[in-house]
This record gives sequence, structure tokens and C-alpha cells, in this order.
Amino acid sequence: MGDITRLILKRLGLGLVTILVVSVLIFFAVELLPGDIAQAVLGQGATEETVAAMREQLGLDRPAFVRYFDWLGGAATGDFGVSLVSGERVSEAISGRFAHTLFLASYAAVIAVPISILLGVFTALYRNTIFDRVANVLTLSTISSPEFFLGYILILFLAVRVTMFPAIASLSSDMTFLELLHRTFLPMLTLVLVVTAHMMRMTRAAIINLLASPYIEMARLKGTPPWKVIVKHALPNAWAPIINVVALNLAYLITGVVLVEVVFVYPGIGQLLVDAVAKRDFPIVQACCLIFAATFILLNLAADVGSILTNPRLRHPK
Amino acid sequence: MTLKDKSLINRIAAAARTGRISRRDFIHTSIAAGLTATTATGLWTTKAAAQPKSGGTFRWGLHDGNTTDTHDPGSYVTRQMIYLAHTHRSYLTMINGDGSLGPDIADSWSASADASEWTFEINQNASFHSGKKVTADDVIASLNHHRGDDTTSAAKALLADVVEITKDGDYTVKIALTGGNADLPWLMTDYHFAICPANDDGSINWQSADGTGPYKIDGGDFGVQWQLSRHDGWHGEGAWFDKVEVIVLNDPNARQTALVTGDVDAVSLIELKTMALMQRDPNINIINIPSAGAITMPMHCNKAPFDNADVRNAMKLAMNRDEIIEKIAFGAATKGNDFHHSPAQPYWPEGIEQREYDPDQAKSLLKKAGAEGLTVNLSTADSVYAGAVDMAVLYAEQAKAAGITVNVVREPNDGYYSDVWLVKPFSLVSWGARPTPDVMYTLAYKSDAAWNESYWVNDRFNEVLIQAKGELNDELRAEMYREMAMLARDDGGTIIPFFNNFVFANRANVGTPEQLAASWECDGARAASRWWFTG
Repeated sequence: MGDITRLILKRLGLGLVTILVVSVLIFFAVELLPGDIAQAVLGQGATEETVAAMREQLGLDRPAFVRYFDWLGGAATGDFGVSLVSGERVSEAISGRFAHTLFLASYAAVIAVPISILLGVFTALYRNTIFDRVANVLTLSTISSPEFFLGYILILFLAVRVTMFPAIASLSSDMTFLELLHRTFLPMLTLVLVVTAHMMRMTRAAIINLLASPYIEMARLKGTPPWKVIVKHALPNAWAPIINVVALNLAYLITGVVLVEVVFVYPGIGQLLVDAVAKRDFPIVQACCLIFAATFILLNLAADVGSILTNPRLRHPK
Repeated sequence: MTLKDKSLINRIAAAARTGRISRRDFIHTSIAAGLTATTATGLWTTKAAAQPKSGGTFRWGLHDGNTTDTHDPGSYVTRQMIYLAHTHRSYLTMINGDGSLGPDIADSWSASADASEWTFEINQNASFHSGKKVTADDVIASLNHHRGDDTTSAAKALLADVVEITKDGDYTVKIALTGGNADLPWLMTDYHFAICPANDDGSINWQSADGTGPYKIDGGDFGVQWQLSRHDGWHGEGAWFDKVEVIVLNDPNARQTALVTGDVDAVSLIELKTMALMQRDPNINIINIPSAGAITMPMHCNKAPFDNADVRNAMKLAMNRDEIIEKIAFGAATKGNDFHHSPAQPYWPEGIEQREYDPDQAKSLLKKAGAEGLTVNLSTADSVYAGAVDMAVLYAEQAKAAGITVNVVREPNDGYYSDVWLVKPFSLVSWGARPTPDVMYTLAYKSDAAWNESYWVNDRFNEVLIQAKGELNDELRAEMYREMAMLARDDGGTIIPFFNNFVFANRANVGTPEQLAASWECDGARAASRWWFTG
């Protein structure tokens, strides 16, 4: 177990370096965009004097690297600054939106992960049957369609033709949990359809790969039923790739949902990021991107730790 | 009455309510649909001219709002901010449904003989949501927010000729100007000049979102939604809804679906491409009214080849506006005539000859100017107007007949108004509605205006502009605007293809007055205080 702790610490350290590099890249990418915050906020109404006055008030007349280190100094002490546009604290501006994103991601994950793994096991068990073909064709079609298109199709059939679910997922604070689940059903379903194929196919492939191994043949020869061969003998050895692909899809559920947010008017973090980029609101952009980077780093770490824990060979390396 | 007849009657009633057909037409059509004259007259009173009634929560979907928006009146720019401002804040004056100017916070106003000093009397019943009375100090601070050296307000230019704002007692405000401006009360309807509570140091407290409007903010987030409830101490008439929910629906599909499924009661914009399809739904009223917003194509008059008026006129003649309105605006537009004065604004000069598509004349003008086979670059971006790039390409095709090669340059949406507008010699621009021709001409056609987008300098135009500004006699003013229109049309550097209509919609159970203000979509952005539920 000492090895695992060392691995986690090492990976977290590398993660911090990655996050630092990401923050430099983001800062200079925002700098490279045409126009600055004063022009973006004032838009067509910008005159030289008002732009100059706003730059001075926001401290944009200082050199770029001074502003970056200023921000970094604050971030190191946990102060991510204030939004340049609204003056709101970044943490306050982001926390509510990020909670919404996490909620939707968890809602989708809780449904998508078990379904895809089960489907993966069943398609491996009944491979090359009609069931396998249909499941593959359906999931591959949903992953191949753009999310917004899937969203529109779901809205058309489940919100307009049959008014079972609301077409827009606007939330209010006085909703019960059940109402919340009902309101966010369509965006959740869209996300489930988008991520299922990847996880299901990986589970199926990993299991089928193992079915050619001698120890599986042994299990079969001693008369173990097919479902038991898969669940008891094949699956434990297939966990590593499955966990990795699940982690990748969980990260996607958090970072890649901006289209779904737009289609269903869901107030998540993606829309916040897009608006902040449009207005060159650097502290918000920075914070959103760092959250995304941290999500990837942490989930990848979790996947690696998970693979090690499920594999005795990795748990006890030479 | 069969179901079909009934839906027909509902549609006619809806048309009547929105002023699209008159009482006479309504009764004629109803009789044709099989009703007796008495029933039809009765229907007119109950359905079409229905009296407003109180109650309900008005859910209002808006097409333009960001999470980065704020309550600062100096940075108002999106519909979310502007519509919210017209709902929870007030202005000195307001534009009525019939297009006339009416009182809001100011009860009455008067000018000195040369229109260079104005006095506004404040309604003594007006109060903030906090309960505090509105006084002259609040009004002065709210206007000064847009003045001075360190203001970041986008409306600074509008108040450039204000010398001093003083109070005369608690409820009288005097505004002194450098010269006459007969339009000052109209100018006060500009969306930036919302009244906010004053701080002791003469600044305003916009951060608290306190206002004097018909509804007070209970909660909400920019870019998501807002909950408001009726302000019982409101000084105006109306505010029939108990509560108002403002929901930001930027995605056209989400917005229109929400209207179809009844998740919202009204939306601020219908996509022109799907307007015809939406019209088929009997539960939805589409409202299509001419506005003073315009698409302009400024040519920089200080740069070759546009420094020659013949070239500019050739460019204007090379445009087939009818085709552009049909194909790009889907008919929802009013044809432009190259002067920036819309029929939806006061003093519109009638009877000026419409400039039509005439490639032959354009050719001969170019010959006269020695610029045959002209090649120009036209800068545009999709964000300017839905279909802006298509429109530029269509114009390029039309101009070919006049021997003009127009290269359409697609610029990035980002930073269009800082890097392209006023920089590239020929571009495509979208202008929001301004209340009067004077405001528009002063902003973008006066030779020394910061946004003189075509760099056009015409001494006679500037002279008449100043004269008209200080003229309190309406007939004389109208004559002056006619002269200015002719100058802009025949010498100016701006092609105006069309004035875009406002196309918005509500559910059939939303009642609206017969006439709707054309200053913004949704009844001059005041739907929340002017509309009601019929059932």
C-alpha cells in the first residue's frame, strides 16, 4: 500500500505542475484574442475615452506578466480574484454553476455506467446474436450523432409530441428533488446516450479478448456456465481498461456538456465559460479551465489507482 | 361553431388585439366565418378589445443574455439587462404604445424658448422598492453616472452637450445644455438612463438592484433567470401580472420549443426562417412590427474609391433591396432608402422617392467617376445579423450586373465592433432602434461624431442638424429632417438595405394592447407592465 500512497502523491505533484502550465497557456490564449475586456463589455458603445477609463479602473493598463503573477499570487493563497465584468467573487460566480454541472454529471453517470457495463457483459455473453447487433447499432448511432441533434430529437418526441418532460431545464430553488430529476431528465438522457456506447464497447471488447485465454478455456472445460465464466473469470481481469474508459467518460460528462447546456438552457459551468471567454473575463476563464484540468487529472489518477487495486499483479510489483 | 371556425375566430381576435386588423375588418371577417353581426360585435369587446385583468406569473423568454451581464446602467447592452431595466427600474420618460412620448418618473417637462434648458418635474408618488421616495438627487446622480471624465458608460456620448444638472427643490430637476435640443425628453427614454438610488457622494448604488419600476427583483442570476414580484407602490398604470419570470433562452430552438410547449408565455424573438411554421400553431400569436433598428453598410467617404459621391451612389443603386428583404429578412423588414430615419420614428419624411435597383445607372455613374470595373471588399460577420454573410454574398451577385466586384470578407464574430467597424472601409453593421432621428443622426452621421461610421462630412447636413435640434416647432423640424434625409440619401456614405422588423411572439392567452411600442421587441421591452393574461 505504501507504493500506492507514493504513486498518489507523485501524481498529485505532477498534477499541480500541469495545472500551472495550463494556467499560463490560458492566460496568454485569452491575451491573444482580439480586443480586450473594455472593448468587449462596451461593444459598439466603446469610445477611446470610455475604453481608457475602464482599462484604468480594472488595472488592464499594466503589462500582461504583472497581471498574471498578481493573479497567481492570489490563486496560490486560495483567492481566485473577482470577475472583471461583474465584480463578483470568482468562487461565488462559479460554485452554484459548478454544483449544477456536477449534479447533471452524477445523474447521468449513475444511470449510464451500470447500464453500459451490463450491456457490455451481455453483448459479450451473447456476442454475434441479434441482441448484440441491435445493441451495438443503437449505441453507435447515438454516439455518432452530435449531442445537440440528439437533444433536439428527444425534445421533439418527449417534450413536443408527447409532453412528458419539459423542453427547457430551468431550475428554481423551491423544487423538490423529484421535480429536479424530472426537469433535468432530457439533458440527462442525452448525456447517457452520448457516453454509453464508448463504455459498453470497451467492456465487450475487453471481455471478448480474454475469452481466448487458456484459463477461460479451462473454466469452460470444467463445466462452468457461460455467464459465470464471464462474470467470475473474465470480468475481474477486464476491469483495468473498463475503469479507464469510465473515468474518461465521467470527465467528459463534466467538461464536455456545453452543447447540452445550450440546447436545454441548463445553467451549468460550460455556458459560464463561453460567456466569460467572449467578454475576456480572465479570472473566470482561468478558474473554469483549472476546474476542468483538475477534473481530468483527478479522474485519471482515480482510474490508475482503481486499475492497480483490481489487479494483484500491479498491486505487488517486482 | 365548429372547432375550425373557433380557431379562425381566435386568430382574427389575436390579429385584432395586436393591431394587425381593425374593428371593422374584424367584424367583417367574423361574419364571413359564420357569426351574426351581434355576436361579432360582442366578440370584439370580449376577445379582441379585452380589458386587462390582474393575476398570474408571466414567464418571459429572452433571446440575448450573458452570465457576464450586470445591473450597471452604464454597461447595459444585452436584452436581458435592458428588459430587466424596463421591468424593475424606471426612466424619466417613456415611449407609449402609439409611439408618442409619455411620462414615467417625470410628471411633466418644459423647455426654455431656445430648448437649451429643460425642467423635469418628478412624480411625487414614485418610490424605490426599498420604500424611499424618488427625489431630484436620485435623478441627478443617475444621469451623472454617464457623465464626467472617469465614467465608463456607453451612453457618455448621448449626454455630451449637457453642461449642468441641478435641482430646484426635491422634485424638480433642471438640465442645462450647450445648445438647443428639442429631443431631450425623448433622449431620456434611452435604456441607459435608468433611475437608481443615489449615494451620499453623488454616485449611484446600482449594485443593490433597487429600482422604481413596476416589479421588484426577488432573486435570480444573470444568464439564467430572474424572479420578480409586483411593486405595490409603483407610480404608473398597469403591472397586471402578480409575478414575472425572466428566463434567458439564447438558443433559438430552446426558445421556440419553450413557447410551443407552454414553458414560457412570451418570447422576445422568433427566427425569421421558422416564422411561417410557428404561425400555423393556433396557441401562438406572432407579432411582427416595423422598428427603427437598421442594417447599414457604411463606406468610408475619406478613402478611395468611396471619396467620390458618384461611386457611393453607384454602390447604392447596385443593390436589389426587394430581393434582399425577401430572401434574407423573409419579408420581415421595411425597405431602406439610404437615410437613417425609419417610419417607426417621429418626423418621418413621406414621399421621398424610393431608390430602386438600377445597375445601368450605377454603371454610368461609375463611368462618370472613372471607376469602371470597380473592386471593393465588404467586411461582415455572422454575429451582425442572422444571414449577414448571405446578404453580403447576395449583394455581391447583384452588384455584378453593374460591373462592380464585391469581395465578401468574413471577419471573426469576436471583436467585430472593435476591429472591423470604423476600421475597414466597407462593412456591414446592425443598429438598434433609437427614439428620434436626431439621436441617430447625432450619433452616427454628424461629422465629428465618434461613431460617424462612414466618415461623411457634409456642412449643410451638420448645419441643419444643429438647427433642427433646437427647433420646438414640429412642422419646421419635419421640413429640416426631410432636407437631411435627402442629403444623406444622395450624398451620404451609408447604404441602408432595410429596417428590420421586430418579430416576437406570445401564447394566445396573453392579452396585449391594440398598439405596441416599436422601441424594442415586446412592446418597447415593457411587456411585463403592459400585458396581461386573458384566461
